[in-house]
Amino acid sequence: MTRVRALGAALQGAGTVFLLLALTFAAIAVVNPGFFEAPSVMAFLKQAAPLVVLAAGQYFVVVSGNFDLSVGALVGAQVVIAARLIDGVESRTVPVMLVMLAFGIGVGLVNGLITTVLKVQSFITTLGMLLVLYGAIRLWTGGAPTGDLSEAFRTPGRLGITGVPLIGQIPWALLIMLAVGAGAILLMRTRFGRILIASGDNELAARLSGARVDAVRTAAFVLSGISATIAGVLIGGFAGVSAQVGEGLEFTVITAVVLGGVALGGGRGTALAAMAGALAIEALFTLFNQMALPATLRPAVQGAIIIAAVAYAARRRLRPAPQPTAAPS
Amino acid sequence: MTAFAPRRLSTTALIHLALAAVLAVGGAAVALDGGNLFATANLVDMLTRTSLTGFLAIGMTLVILCRSLDLSVGYVAALSSLVAATTMDGQAANVPLAVALVLLVSGLVGAANGAIVAFLKVNPFIATLGTGLILKGYLDTEYQGPAGDVPAVFQQFGYTRIAFVPVSALVMLAVAAAAIGFLRSTRTGHHMYAVGGDVDVARMSGIRTTRVLLTAHVLCGMCAGLAGLLLAARFGTGSAEAYTNLYELDAIAAVVLGGTLLLGGKGGVAGTVAGVAILAVLDSVFNVMQIDPFAKDVLRGAVIIAAVALYARRQLDRTARRPRFAATPRRPS
Amino acid sequence: MTDAPLLAMRGIGKAFLGVPVLAGVDLTVNRGEAHALVGENGAGKSTLMKILAGVHTADAGTIELDGRAASFAHPAAAQRAGIATVFQEFNLLPELTVAENIHLGREPRRRGRIDRRAMNDATAAALADLGFPDLAPTAAVGSLSVAHQQITEIAKALSQGADLICMDEPTAALADAEVALLYRLVERLRERGVAVLYVSHRLREIFDLCERITILKDGRLVDSVATADITPDELVTRMVGRRIEAQFPPPLPGTERGEVRLRIAGGGNDYVDGIDLEVRAGEIVGLAGLQGSGRTEIAEAVFGIAPFTRGTMAVDGRPVRITRPRKAIAAGIALVTEDRKAQGLALRQSVKANARMVLDANARVHSRARLARVDGILSSLDLVARGGDQEVQFLSGGNQQKVVVAKWLAAEPGVIVLDEPTRGIDVGAKHKLYSVIRSLAAEGLAVLLIASELIEVIGLADRIAVLHDGRIAGELPGGATEQEVMAYATGRREGTHQE
Repeated sequence: MTRVRALGAALQGAGTVFLLLALTFAAIAVVNPGFFEAPSVMAFLKQAAPLVVLAAGQYFVVVSGNFDLSVGALVGAQVVIAARLIDGVESRTVPVMLVMLAFGIGVGLVNGLITTVLKVQSFITTLGMLLVLYGAIRLWTGGAPTGDLSEAFRTPGRLGITGVPLIGQIPWALLIMLAVGAGAILLMRTRFGRILIASGDNELAARLSGARVDAVRTAAFVLSGISATIAGVLIGGFAGVSAQVGEGLEFTVITAVVLGGVALGGGRGTALAAMAGALAIEALFTLFNQMALPATLRPAVQGAIIIAAVAYAARRRLRPAPQPTAAPS
Repeated sequence: MTAFAPRRLSTTALIHLALAAVLAVGGAAVALDGGNLFATANLVDMLTRTSLTGFLAIGMTLVILCRSLDLSVGYVAALSSLVAATTMDGQAANVPLAVALVLLVSGLVGAANGAIVAFLKVNPFIATLGTGLILKGYLDTEYQGPAGDVPAVFQQFGYTRIAFVPVSALVMLAVAAAAIGFLRSTRTGHHMYAVGGDVDVARMSGIRTTRVLLTAHVLCGMCAGLAGLLLAARFGTGSAEAYTNLYELDAIAAVVLGGTLLLGGKGGVAGTVAGVAILAVLDSVFNVMQIDPFAKDVLRGAVIIAAVALYARRQLDRTARRPRFAATPRRPS
Repeated sequence: MTDAPLLAMRGIGKAFLGVPVLAGVDLTVNRGEAHALVGENGAGKSTLMKILAGVHTADAGTIELDGRAASFAHPAAAQRAGIATVFQEFNLLPELTVAENIHLGREPRRRGRIDRRAMNDATAAALADLGFPDLAPTAAVGSLSVAHQQITEIAKALSQGADLICMDEPTAALADAEVALLYRLVERLRERGVAVLYVSHRLREIFDLCERITILKDGRLVDSVATADITPDELVTRMVGRRIEAQFPPPLPGTERGEVRLRIAGGGNDYVDGIDLEVRAGEIVGLAGLQGSGRTEIAEAVFGIAPFTRGTMAVDGRPVRITRPRKAIAAGIALVTEDRKAQGLALRQSVKANARMVLDANARVHSRARLARVDGILSSLDLVARGGDQEVQFLSGGNQQKVVVAKWLAAEPGVIVLDEPTRGIDVGAKHKLYSVIRSLAAEGLAVLLIASELIEVIGLADRIAVLHDGRIAGELPGGATEQEVMAYATGRREGTHQE
């Protein structure tokens, strides 16, 4: 009983995004009934995976009461680093991935420490980080990305397990996305996750309960850095290397998280809904494709839907809260 | 309790000192390199750099003072450049109409932003990101390349200078002066500090807070319109591509560098202009010394973070808990 | 000018969630009068004042201003009617100047532009008129002392045309020297025909400043008397009066006083000084004192929020240095904070998430066994909720408080500090908390109880330490009379009570 009720409550809180997701898929089904065959669904999920992974990372930061605007630049930086360091040599793949991981963690750590210790608003911290990464990477490569990725590096973003009955190919990206998603959901059920969301909800109450608010918030930035690293591997493999990789991704991912009902300012929303928000945005893009909507018009529709969805959610929240249970019976 | 001690060095004074320091250090560095930062060409370069970001940052200051934000200004500027160039269509006679139309359109976008934030209660980050995307979609769909034609007379706005001062920089400074006067001398402008400082106190004092917020957004949009006019004058045509330069982030950076609190209620346009100037000087110094242009992004990011960290320190010092049972009354500082 | 009094409130009644807090209260204030509103905490003073300020609306009764019926649907309406309320939290913008704050929303203009000179001149004149010519109109309010901020707030109210200014514990945050400024101000206001409604616990101020006193008790009017016709002792007696006893459960059988679990010797910081206090296992020690006397500050020092900078502390005989809450928790100290919404609860999280917050946040107290007991603790507190997944914000105040208590009990502390545990909660929840406090003592915890409702401290505590101006003015045995406690709390008596 309680479980059903809890599910109901969860859906109510994040209802907007699941509704949007369902509507978008329904629209896709109408426009192109053939879409729901395994290969195209798998292709959709492969394409959606990086944004979902990024949404998981951004979720941690947003739910704890901050922003991470540096993820787009970080994704771009990671891809460029990979190409330059691997330079087409297969054997370097794993070591370079480890370097990337360390870099992602380092960037998250710096973001977190500047925000919590120096008390710089995360908007500014990560905006500054965005500029630093953007400039530093181009400085390092002399403007245009150099080098080349290896086959092994491209595998997660591009290939999958082939020959699966009924489905055909299961993309690695899908499996990685599911693993990251499951990890994020499980992490939020640990003590760390509870303290993280409590810190975003009421920092003072969390502190007075003995929570290390600054530490968990910094950890959230680190998680975001790790998710950007994973997304960088997927995007690099999928789309290749260019100077533009990752540009504007930070805004798309924050939009996704907010669309999932995660409140900017923290304390409200689930990881699942945040990732569903990312999926909804990718589904919208797919729908636009199916409708043969000019690619150029997509941002406009995207923008309108985001404003409408958030305004709708804001209205729901402004409605009078349920009457508190009065004196005990 | 006698007279009050003078207030500590204000943030605006601090940022102007910082500007002077940056000029001095930059000048020295260039001189050591065998150049002259204050040669006419370099001064022109510096001042030219200030005008575009300046327009955007002045408008941005107003919305940030109100504890809002506008991420759509880059798109508004691009749209405005197109509106201007296509309306002018090479005819000098069309210039007044084009300018009026640009201010109308950009003001309307600002009004839409303000309405979404004030009435629909959408977080300004999301609201203006959304309108920005809508504009982007429109621009990408309607304009595949440059469009329109700016008559030579209006291109003067982009290139003419009086001595070493470009006209565009003069116009920007005039707008800045107007904005300073607006914030200081009109009720609506003055009330922006109250709305951003504490919206409940503002409302309790009888201020119509939504109207103030709306005004700030309209003016911010119109400042982006001016930036669009400048873009059109410089390029001689309207360009949708202009938005790819992330002007909005530059503008926000200049505003917070200028000492305006991102959370609203404190700061001003004088600081913003200094913030814009510091960024421009840094760019020029790097240019003259032929340092890799990308290094400037790195430095810029670091400067912004450092500046805000410094302001955060000052703020913390000031709001440190006041002893409740101090033996002697707290000396006002 | 009519003969009618400036303000006449008649038969005012108000209930929250069905619990009456005011019934049939009359209050009459004349022009130019300084009128004290007194009563214990919970007597209904703040509710009455909030009705006057338009924050709450009365369920029953009438309000007349100058003989005309009035009603205030919202604070702005009360303000327009000439009633200004100066709460302890000021309605001022710290970044603006004194003059800008006073004229906010009504800035004088000349040819469409704000006339700063006129604004500053008017402010200077108004401040001089109030007797504060040296308060600079151009000073930023955030840089002023609390007293000067208060003066600014009052000047703002006056410039809005206030005829009646209500002051809520105006001296609570003031140093002694600053209180003199307020005295001067009240005198000036009266000379100008402005009435002052003065809500305070400090008897000396009331007798110094006010001409008449209205006494409330348990939400009812006791009397309205001229200050000249009553002595301080009589006033205290009438404020506290007799009370129905037996609302407090007796100590549980088997409650034994054991070793000293919390010992503070010479504790002091910016707020309190010379605090010597011992709490034994099984003992409930009450901290009494007026608002601002340092009760909460002791709790905050014990818990490491604003630590003691002088003296020593020991828990269970081990010396401890508590510099932040984590250390307090590790030492086995719990603090049920005064303001449960701001300090105690993550309102948008579930009951369960809140109840396990302390365990989640502190590896040193976390254990599976303790986690498993959380549900049991919640149900032993008779929590009324639609299940553990319900968001705490939708619970009643009493049930919210039970969640806060549960969160601390989950950590199995040895010392528990309860700061105003029953503030703003219904009678049923109050009684439940009383018996919970008793059972904590029975389980061998050391309980430090802070409550501004004297009767609670008297009814529950084994010993009462009475604070005055940041120091322990005296110690009384449990069951002492309210008059005795008030004598120490108001600073009329000092030293240890002789039995």
